[in-house]
Amino acid sequence: MLTDSDLQAIWLTVRLASIVTLILLVVGTPIAWWLARTKVWWKGTIGAVVALPLVLPPSVLGFYLLLTLGPHGPIGQLTQALGIGPLPFTFWGLVVASVFYSLPFMVQPLQTAFEAVGERPLEVAATLRASPLDAFFTVAVPLAAPGFLTAAILTFAHTVGEFGVVLMIGGNLPGITRVVSVQIYDHVEALEYASAHRLAAVMLIFSFLVLLILYAWRPRPRNGG
Amino acid sequence: MGIQACFRLDWPGFSLDVDLALPTRGVTALFGHSGSGKTTLLRCIAGLERAPQGRLIVNGEVWQDEQRWVPTYKRPIGYVFQEPSLFSHLSVISNLRYGLKRMSDEQRVSLDQAIDLLGIGHLVDRKPDRLSGGERQRVGMARALAVSPRLLLMDEPLAALDLKRKQEILPYLERLHDELDIPVLYVSHSPDEVARLADYLVAMEDGRVLASGPLADTLARLDLPIRLGEDAGAVLDATVAEVDKDWHLVRVDFSGGSLWARDSGLVVGHRVRVRVLARDVSLAEQPGTSSIQNVLRGCVDAVGDDVHPGVALVRVQVGDTVLLSRLTKRAAASLGVKPGLELWVQVKSVALME
Repeated sequence: MLTDSDLQAIWLTVRLASIVTLILLVVGTPIAWWLARTKVWWKGTIGAVVALPLVLPPSVLGFYLLLTLGPHGPIGQLTQALGIGPLPFTFWGLVVASVFYSLPFMVQPLQTAFEAVGERPLEVAATLRASPLDAFFTVAVPLAAPGFLTAAILTFAHTVGEFGVVLMIGGNLPGITRVVSVQIYDHVEALEYASAHRLAAVMLIFSFLVLLILYAWRPRPRNGG
Repeated sequence: MGIQACFRLDWPGFSLDVDLALPTRGVTALFGHSGSGKTTLLRCIAGLERAPQGRLIVNGEVWQDEQRWVPTYKRPIGYVFQEPSLFSHLSVISNLRYGLKRMSDEQRVSLDQAIDLLGIGHLVDRKPDRLSGGERQRVGMARALAVSPRLLLMDEPLAALDLKRKQEILPYLERLHDELDIPVLYVSHSPDEVARLADYLVAMEDGRVLASGPLADTLARLDLPIRLGEDAGAVLDATVAEVDKDWHLVRVDFSGGSLWARDSGLVVGHRVRVRVLARDVSLAEQPGTSSIQNVLRGCVDAVGDDVHPGVALVRVQVGDTVLLSRLTKRAAASLGVKPGLELWVQVKSVALME
């Protein structure tokens, strides 16, 4: 069945996707909230930047990230000055890259969900003595809960499926940056088709289950207003 | 004490420019067509809208001026929106407790009182999507009351409901008026609601205040006839004094006389609002015999123009009460109607607002 290095790759992938999803929940929520509610004219620009990873070839994104995070890049110099060392070819370098790569998968569903919540429930909360922060956590977030679930699932799944960015920024280091997609690539390169099949089947089933959950699970329409 | 509200704002296609002094007791109706700015004014008072130039002082507390701005969540208000806007993720009781948990003010309306007043005791465990439209709005009102507001703002709370639901809710609004000592600002474009509920009237048009004052006085103004709907008319407060079972009539007494009206099942002692339209009031030199049962002695107070050049509006003082009568100018001339003239006022029909 699956070899130790396969299991190692699966565990690494799950760890990476979980951490990235958690980080993006924290980072993506305020961005989505801001995009859903701001009226400034340059909102579209920010929206486009957030959506860029959707259309950009992963190798292009990976290339720029490599330069930025590398020893001579601005972030690379910062991390070196802080004594962390350059991030490329480390697990945390992969995390940073994946955060950028999966950003739109977190922000866009959340933005849509926040827009659907609208202004009214927050106004109601304000007339019921709730401060804006209070109203955000007790009204906006619960009402946008289906959006949070969709966003988290999509982000997790998308991070699991990344390949190009990993190769550019993480290389292929067992237990550090060798995620499932890279492991499959390795198996194929080495003509180990049986191993590639098993791991590919795991990915296929996982992806299908994720989509099944997303499509089969429809939130009850909420029409309290 | 009272509310001083002065707001100016300019939006594309709409501007608001008001300077008002309002009482902080009873129900004040902000009345006008849609687009007259009444909802915007209410939102400015709630702090949901921030007029660039504004001054708002409520019972001596500054809520807005050049330096100060009290955000909505720190204003001791209750707000009922046109749509009930219940939190769909919370049960009815959690909706009701939402504001209650967060208030720092002393509690003057208990949750049970709010629930009782609006008759929603049997609904508290339900989710909002399991309620009818009328029930939702009653929960919305109870939720606004549960924070013990020192000022209750209501933005057309009945407008989204059909006639039957309106009839279902109006009695609760009247109870609120009668049983709680909370001043209410009530936005409405419905003449009926205003005639039934309001004590004080602010008539608005195009973002400006047309007239404001106690309801009866404002309706009886001839320089600027404020119409509740199609017709000019007077509104008076009266008490049921006698029920005539044989003829299915009730006698209501007001300061200045009494009127007979159709019996709608009222009991003696009940307070009612009576609406007397100008078109139902005629004037005569002699009481005479006619089909009209309600004949009162009155004195002409003022004569004004009506919308049509052939018609005049005459304001008649009956005791302490003012009635309006619509006559053709020819009839007014032949009667010699002028201020000070004593004559008989015949009231063909009255509507009890109940």
